[in-house]
Amino acid sequence: MSRRIVIDPITRLEGHGKIDIFLNNEGGVDHAYFQVPELRGFEKFAQGRPVEDMPQITSRICGVCPMAHHMAATKALDKVFSVDPPPAAKKIREMVYDIFTIEDHALHFYFLGGPDFVVGPSAPKAERNILGVLGKVGLEVGKKVIGLRKEMRDLMVLLGGKAIHPVLGLPGGVSRGISKEEQQRFIQSAKNAVEFGQFSLQVFNDIVLKNSQYVEWIVSDAYTHKTYYMGLVDQNKKVNFYEGTLRVVKPDGKEFLNFPTDKYLDHVAEHVEPWSYIKFCYLKDIGWKGFEDGADSGVYAVAPLARLNASEGMATPLAQEAYEQMYSTLGGKPVHHTLANHWARLIELLYAAERMQELANDQEITDPNYRVIPTATPNEGIGVVEAPRGTLFHHYKTDEKGRVTMANLIVATQNNAARIAMSVDKSAKGLIKNGQVDDGILNMIEMAFRAYDPCHGCATHALPGQMPLLVRVLDAERNVVRELKKN
Amino acid sequence: MSKPKVGFNWLASCGGCEEAIIDLNEKILDVVAAVDIVFWPCAMDFKKDDVRAMADGEMDVCFVNGAIRTSEEEEMAHLMRQKSKILIAFGSCSHMGGIPGMGNFFSKDSILKNSYQESPSTINLDGTFPQMETITPLGEVELPEFLEYVRTLNQVVDVDYYLPGCPPPVRLITEALGAILENKLPPKGTVLAPDKALCDECPRKETKPDKMEIAEFKRPYQIIVDSEKCLLGQGLMCLGPVTRAGCEGVCTKANMPCTGCQGPTSRVQDYGAKALSGFASILTSMEEKDVEAVLDSIVDPNGTFYRYSLPSSMMFKSLGA
Repeated sequence: MSRRIVIDPITRLEGHGKIDIFLNNEGGVDHAYFQVPELRGFEKFAQGRPVEDMPQITSRICGVCPMAHHMAATKALDKVFSVDPPPAAKKIREMVYDIFTIEDHALHFYFLGGPDFVVGPSAPKAERNILGVLGKVGLEVGKKVIGLRKEMRDLMVLLGGKAIHPVLGLPGGVSRGISKEEQQRFIQSAKNAVEFGQFSLQVFNDIVLKNSQYVEWIVSDAYTHKTYYMGLVDQNKKVNFYEGTLRVVKPDGKEFLNFPTDKYLDHVAEHVEPWSYIKFCYLKDIGWKGFEDGADSGVYAVAPLARLNASEGMATPLAQEAYEQMYSTLGGKPVHHTLANHWARLIELLYAAERMQELANDQEITDPNYRVIPTATPNEGIGVVEAPRGTLFHHYKTDEKGRVTMANLIVATQNNAARIAMSVDKSAKGLIKNGQVDDGILNMIEMAFRAYDPCHGCATHALPGQMPLLVRVLDAERNVVRELKKN
Repeated sequence: MSKPKVGFNWLASCGGCEEAIIDLNEKILDVVAAVDIVFWPCAMDFKKDDVRAMADGEMDVCFVNGAIRTSEEEEMAHLMRQKSKILIAFGSCSHMGGIPGMGNFFSKDSILKNSYQESPSTINLDGTFPQMETITPLGEVELPEFLEYVRTLNQVVDVDYYLPGCPPPVRLITEALGAILENKLPPKGTVLAPDKALCDECPRKETKPDKMEIAEFKRPYQIIVDSEKCLLGQGLMCLGPVTRAGCEGVCTKANMPCTGCQGPTSRVQDYGAKALSGFASILTSMEEKDVEAVLDSIVDPNGTFYRYSLPSSMMFKSLGA
C-alpha cells in the first residue's frame, strides 16, 4: 500500500501552496505534486475599470511585490495613451524600482529563504525563521537588516505614498518629483545600500560557501534542472529590471531569442493542468512537452539565476565582479543549480544598489518636468518589468474612454511554475529514501521551491469560478482510458 | 504568567498585510519579546496540523487577513475562530472584501472562461480546467472548491475586531497591539481606527473649499495636480470625505486622491451608497442634463465607489449570500 505525505501549507513564501507526495512500496517517491490551491480574478474584474487605476488595482495582486505590478502597469499605460514620459520621470521610476528590488531581495534572503541556510534546514521549525536568524547572526546584524529595510521603504513612501500599494505611477510620468534636498537623502541611502549589498554577499560567503555541506547541496542533482532561461537585458545584454528586450538562452547557454517585450504573445504561452490553479508557461517556439528538462522542452525559468544566465553580465562594477565570482566558482555559465538563486539574488541586490546610486546622483532626476499630459485616445499597451521573482507582463486593451476591455497578466511565478513543480518533485525523489521522512527532510523539499522566491499571491491573480468536474481515469502508462464530465 | 499566544493567517489576500506587520520594523522585536507567535505561514514553519492540535481558544489573539473565496479559506476561517479567544479581521479584504471583492461584479463562469480559455496567452485546445479532484495512477489529488462569491470574514465566522486599511497603517497596528497587551480593548465589534473622515487628518485640509462645488470630475492623468490644494477642490474624485481616517492621508500626500481603502465610519450603512449620495450633493447644478454630464465624467461608478467594499455592501448582502 503506497503512502502519502502532505506538506500544508508550505511556508516562508508569499501566498498559498501545498505539496502532495506519493510514496511507493519501496519507500521511494513516485511523484510529488506542487499545488497552488487558490485563485482570485484580477484579469476579469479589471474589465470596466478606468485603465489609469490599474497601477493601484493590480498592485493588490501582491503586497510583497506591489511595486512590480505598479510599474509594469504604469509602463503599459504609457503605451495605452501613446505618451513618452520625460527623462526625470523615467529615472524616478527606475530608481524607486531599484529601491524596491533592494528591500525585496533582502526580505527574501533574511526572512524567507535565508533561515534554511543561516539557521540550518533541519533546525527545529520554531527556529527556522527571522528570529532564528537574529539568534544566529546577532542582534546587531539583525538591526542592520531591519534598519536598511526601513530606510528603503521610507524612500518608497516618500515617492509613492505607500510602500505597500504605491500611488506614484501615471501615464506619461509620476505623480510627484524629487527636490534637490530630497536628492541628498537618496544619495546617502544609496551609499548605505551598496555597503549592505557587499555585506550580504559576505554573509553568504561566510555562512553558505564556507560550509561544504551546503555547497554539496547547491550542486547536487536533487536541486538541478537544465532548462531555458529568460530575462530583460539592456542593449549591451546586461541585466536590467526596468526596461530592455527579453533574451532567452538555451540550456547550453547560447542565445535562443532576443525580442521586444511587445512581442511576448509570439513567444510565451500558458498551459493548463487539472491539478493546480496555476497555469504553466512555456516557450511557444518549442511547445509544451510536459514537465521535462532539456532543449526539446519548452520549460524555462525566470528570477535571479535565470536573469544572470540570460544576460552577459551586470551593468555596474561591483555586481559584475560578484557575477564573475559566482560563475567561476560554480563551473561557468549557465548555472543550473536551483539553490544558486540565493547567490544570484544577492548579486542583483548589489546591482540594484549601485544602479540606485547612479540614478540618485543624476542631476536630471530633480527636473520638475516629470509629467506629460496624454492627449491620444487610449487603446492598447504592454508593460514588462523584471519583478524580483522574474519577468512580469501586463497587457491591456481599452475602449475610447479608457475603460479596460481586456487585461492579460503573466506573473513571474507563472513563468517559473513548471520548473518549480519539477524541482519539488525531483528534490522529493532525491531526498526521501526507504520511507524515511522527518521534518528536516520535508523542509529541504520546501527549499526547492523557496529558492525561486515564488509568489502565489501573484500566481493566483486569475480566478476560475465553479469548477466543471472532469474525472480522468488513467492506466499505468498514464493514458486516459475514461473521462467523466460534469458541466 | 505565560506570554500571550498570537497567530497570523492569510486567506484570499496579497501578502500586503503580512508586509505591514514586518513594517513594524524594530518594534517587531518588542512584539516577539512580548508574545509567542504560534502560526504565521508567511514567515514561520508551523503547519495546519500544529493549529489543529491546539486546544480550543488556545491562541489569545489571531489576526486574519484576506477575503474568503475557496472552501479551504472558509475552513481555515473556522479553524482560526475555534482556536482563538479574540479574532481580528485585518485589512480591507477581511474587513469589507477588498479589491478581490470586485470579483463579485462577474459571474463565475465568465471569470473561469476568461482565465483558462479567453486569455490571449493561454493555449488550451482540449478544454482542461483545474479540478477539485484529479485521478492519477497514484491516487486522487485535490484542490479546494471555489465558492459562489467572495465573502468578508464576518460573513463566515464571528469577528471580534476590525483593523481597516489596504493594508492597515502601522500606527493602527501598533495601537491595537498595545491595547491587546494592556487588556484595554474597546467593546467587541469596534473598528480599531479613528471614527472620523479622512479629510479631518489630511494635510490639505486647510485648502478644502468652504462650499465644495463640482461641475466635472477630472481623472488624475488629465491635469497637473497642485501639490498643496484639496484634491476634491481640484475636481479629482477624492473619497476622503466618506472614508474613515487613520492613514494620515498617505495617498493625498503623494499627490493622488483617496480611493477609500479604510472604509466608512460607524455612522454609515453602505460605503458606496454613502459616497454616491455625498458626491451628488456637491454638484454645481441640479439640472438633469448637467447632472448627466457630471455622471459621465465618472467613467466607472461601480468600481470607484465599491472598490474595496462590494462583498460587504447592502447590494451584495441583498443577494442573500
